[in-house]
Amino acid sequence: MGRFIVRRIIGMILVMFAVSILTFLIFQVIPNGDPAVRMAGKNSTPTQIAAIRDTWHFNDPIYEQYVYTMKQVFTGSLISYSDQTNVWQEIKKGLPRTFALGIGAAIIWMVLGVSLGLYSAVRSGGFSDRLLTVLALIGVSMPVFWVGALMSYYLGYKFGWFPNGGYTEIAQGGFGQWIYHLILPWTALAILFVGVYSRILRSNILDTINDDYVRTARAKGISERQVLIRHVLRNSLIPIITLWGLDFGLVIGGGAVLTESVFNLQGVGQYFAEAIGRLDVPPVLEVTILGAFFIVLLNTVVDIVYALLDPRIRLGS
Amino acid sequence: MASIDSAETGFSTDLPPEIAAEERRAPGSGPWRIALRRLRRNKVALVFGVVFVLLVALSLSAPLYAKHIAHTTPYKNRIADTITVHGQQKNIVDFDGTPIGPTWTKQYFLGADRNGRDVMVRLLYGGRTSLLIGFGASLITLVLATFFGLMAGFFGGWIDAIISRCFDVMWAFPVILLGVALGVSLNLGGITVGPLSLKGGSLWIPTIIIGISYVVYLGRPIRGQVLQLREKEFIEAARAQGLGPWRIMFSELLPNLASTLLVFFPLIVANAVLLEAALSFLGAGVQPPEPSWGVMISEGVDLLTTAPWLTIAPGLMLVLTVLSLNIFGEGVRDALDPRAKIRMEH
Repeated sequence: MGRFIVRRIIGMILVMFAVSILTFLIFQVIPNGDPAVRMAGKNSTPTQIAAIRDTWHFNDPIYEQYVYTMKQVFTGSLISYSDQTNVWQEIKKGLPRTFALGIGAAIIWMVLGVSLGLYSAVRSGGFSDRLLTVLALIGVSMPVFWVGALMSYYLGYKFGWFPNGGYTEIAQGGFGQWIYHLILPWTALAILFVGVYSRILRSNILDTINDDYVRTARAKGISERQVLIRHVLRNSLIPIITLWGLDFGLVIGGGAVLTESVFNLQGVGQYFAEAIGRLDVPPVLEVTILGAFFIVLLNTVVDIVYALLDPRIRLGS
Repeated sequence: MASIDSAETGFSTDLPPEIAAEERRAPGSGPWRIALRRLRRNKVALVFGVVFVLLVALSLSAPLYAKHIAHTTPYKNRIADTITVHGQQKNIVDFDGTPIGPTWTKQYFLGADRNGRDVMVRLLYGGRTSLLIGFGASLITLVLATFFGLMAGFFGGWIDAIISRCFDVMWAFPVILLGVALGVSLNLGGITVGPLSLKGGSLWIPTIIIGISYVVYLGRPIRGQVLQLREKEFIEAARAQGLGPWRIMFSELLPNLASTLLVFFPLIVANAVLLEAALSFLGAGVQPPEPSWGVMISEGVDLLTTAPWLTIAPGLMLVLTVLSLNIFGEGVRDALDPRAKIRMEH
């Protein structure tokens, strides 16, 4: 087991290294105007531009620029081109909001996905199962920004049941206001995953419900409810929990951009979206790299946890 | 994200008893025949398949509608004009900037946008753009994923190691972040790689970005399937006949991948259409004034409080398209390989 973990961690570090190089190169190669000229402003002299090039290390060879940039990313000293603010400080401001959105939505989609999937499997073939299948497919087919915008308009603006976007700190408005402001974003983000999870769980349960060990459990005389929860669900949940970790990584590592922008939550995703609007490379670079790192990290954690739970994985690979 | 976690690939033999019984009654039918018969019995999937075909046909007829029914173009601004609806003179765009709502007549059937453009015309043209990008991107995904999946699975060794590591890296990238960053900068500056040159605003930019984003989701399952197939006897036989590696890959292995590709294709198109909308919504996909459903939603959201139909109409088209592709795609999957658990996610 120790060797498996070490191997996965080395793999993780290699992928992170490759991700950082690739991200850096993409923003080097892509023509988006000379940043030095942009920073110097309209009425700048060639000497000013040259000075900027010098201070920002634009003249160094590309590998030195890479090392320099990464050093800045990981010491938290990267500075935005457009307003000279510290990128890490800005990200740190947005992080609690992005995590609040991601964690809340993840809990909602897990709870709803599992209960609806279980219900659907028990009622398999019946009317409610079909209805849930249709609803799940509709949920999977709706773009989150569209649903978010409509929710925010109808439930927030028109009927006034919920706040029309925005985020309230717990320290400022209290716990109630915090939740009140997050209910719509959570729901909008969770809809897609509820659809996906309930359908996967349903088919997992239906796959295992006729297995021998389930029949054995029934033969022992325990109630159907116990068979379902202690035997069937327990086994069917393993892939769902794996997926949960991966999807949570994807949401925090960039998937929340759309939801944050629509509901004006001012999280990391929205910071990213606004930076790209200004063509401000440093924030875009740092958010992309950190987002990718978070995804790789969670993938590794999920792999290791999965191997701990299921020995076939680590023996197989 | 997509995965096939069934140990079995290709055509499944493990079927519900009623279907198996029916298939026993038709001895000698090839697997494709059986699949087609199964698909034909799945009425829901067929209905949504037809819905999708209708949506495509409707989008393709956009120029006809614009020219012969609405008498306008998707770009024509009419901010200061008035039209007569049921005998009443109305401003196309009111003084406070509110565009006219759906008239349900030939002109401005679904109302106007803030520049006084006909929403119905833009909706059809936008559908053309969205579907074009969706199909184009999916074809790129299909070709690249098949090629790299085949190479990695068949050759193994260092070729597999390199391709698999590249897949790992692509797997780690947040698709939306990278897509947005690439989209915005490429659309501004365009790009020139060798003889290929793309101007900023070209529809190829979102098409290529989306196409590449999904390669890993299809490439990994294909690699896995090739790994299993290459141990089979027919490949050994082909080797013994002296066929070269490329010949084996493309005339022996590829036909065996067809069912997987066919199952994935509608789902990839559905996700590509959604990703196009997301990128365009963030200003990184299709560039205005070119209409696409994502662009229209993004323009509509600004006027949501006064003209909600600008957001609702393109969104409904989008949902209907993606939904019909998803349902039809599931039907294809159930017909070809009921046990495969394929999942795509954006």
